[in-house]
Amino acid sequence: MHRGISLTGSPSIQELEESPGFPSKRRLLKGPIAVIECVQEIPCDVCGLICPYNAIEVSTLKSLPKLIEEKCEGCGACIPLCPGQAIFLVNHNYSREKALISFPYEFTPLPEVNSMVEAVNRLGQVITKGSIVMILDRESFDHTVVISITVPKKLAQQVRGIKLHREE
Amino acid sequence: MSGLVAAIEASKTGAKVLLIDKNANAGGQLVKQIHKFFGSRRHYAGIRGYAIGKRLVDDALTNGVEIMLNSSVFSMFGTEMGIIKDGEEARWLRAKKIILCCGASEKAIMFPGWTLPGVMGAGAAQTLINVHRVLPGKRILMIGSGNVGLVVSYQILQAGAEVVAIVEALPKIGGWGVHASKILRCGIPIITSHTIKEALGRRKVESAVIVALDKQNGLSSKTERSLEVDIICLAVGLKPSIELPLMAGCETMFLGSLGGRVPIHDENMETTQEGIYVAGDCAGIEEASTAIESGRLAGTAAAEKLGYLSKESAYDSKEKIRRVLNDLREGPFGIERMKAKKLLNQRAKTLYIHNDRGKTQDA
Repeated sequence: MHRGISLTGSPSIQELEESPGFPSKRRLLKGPIAVIECVQEIPCDVCGLICPYNAIEVSTLKSLPKLIEEKCEGCGACIPLCPGQAIFLVNHNYSREKALISFPYEFTPLPEVNSMVEAVNRLGQVITKGSIVMILDRESFDHTVVISITVPKKLAQQVRGIKLHREE
Repeated sequence: MSGLVAAIEASKTGAKVLLIDKNANAGGQLVKQIHKFFGSRRHYAGIRGYAIGKRLVDDALTNGVEIMLNSSVFSMFGTEMGIIKDGEEARWLRAKKIILCCGASEKAIMFPGWTLPGVMGAGAAQTLINVHRVLPGKRILMIGSGNVGLVVSYQILQAGAEVVAIVEALPKIGGWGVHASKILRCGIPIITSHTIKEALGRRKVESAVIVALDKQNGLSSKTERSLEVDIICLAVGLKPSIELPLMAGCETMFLGSLGGRVPIHDENMETTQEGIYVAGDCAGIEEASTAIESGRLAGTAAAEKLGYLSKESAYDSKEKIRRVLNDLREGPFGIERMKAKKLLNQRAKTLYIHNDRGKTQDA
């Protein structure tokens, strides 16, 4: 189970909720928002520089990124640019039953849009199936593509990726 | 990387700089770093390592740095050195100032079977996949969960092989959480408080036995597990490559948090041999951003001593770099390195009392 990032490699819910990059429940329910899962003070400030809405503040190189949730438009520009692949986009209001989760992906071959994939949680465990809605691959992303999948709403804060798509 | 940066910095001031590299490309480890770098804009954050390397080489050439590749330094006598180019042509060179940026080499741990083909350094696997485009095997076991182990595991996955597990002897993960999280999401277990007991195979690695470590770091045999793997990568730390500083007569000091024996250097990166500077991992194992800054510092200090920078402007730039270095070493991952660097600087100061160089030191 979750016991903290330095022990398990995955941030615990408590670590996430205590970090300044994690959006409030109230804001999450409103619609697309960046979820920054950066809980260790490492020297990096990339996200603070690239947010087009100035919704991420990194006061010193070592500070944890602070999400200013009223300013975040949920554009997702930060997802492919975070060198730690620690930023996700959660749209809780994608449809009545489904939430949309967007995450970085750096493997080939890419899965197909509209295909069903196995969605994994922060520990890499398959917890549900998801449908790929969109794959964004722009030059400015520099080979980190952004995949968006739909998953049941109740798993919106658990799904953080897909099982690696390998050639048969 | 620190060598390129030092060369650029010194060259900008008007100094004539020759950069010697034993490899076919300048930039050291950058050539094989395909991940996006952390740090600030000053440290090329968000850009993939190999792309930073290309930028730095361009910068160096634009600034008039002469780059001599495939050339190894085989001897050093003070600031004179013997070089062999392309494995055949020997040359004798003398420089007013020399900045040694020799990097680091991988440490190894020994266990029964460690000499079998298929046991290699994680850096070697990374060179194979990213430089030579050769997959060393299909199922890989990584020993060590520092940033090297985590990053190389991820790149092995990207190259198309499977990483069966990452094994870590300590009860916690050594590298940054974000790298570990990335690996976990790919379904790779990171097994802490475990080590490799032996590698088995007739002519090459066919399997590995891992075992839990008890509180006294003994092997608890009941926990043995056999994993079917064909490659075992060792990512158990780096040590500074200090052969050239030693040859030049630089005094060293053992500092575990910097990877082992390190050339003693002052706040200008100058060693106990006047005119010889060190930068990057050979001055103590750190990470990329600090390598860049230490290169800048050495380049600036050497240019100042040569008279290309006034004392005042050099002082300002050096103080700025030192502040950045201090910032980089703050936080849980850098504090021990900060202390070790301070010790080195203090030791350098004490040694200078015995010669006349003390007078020319800053503050």
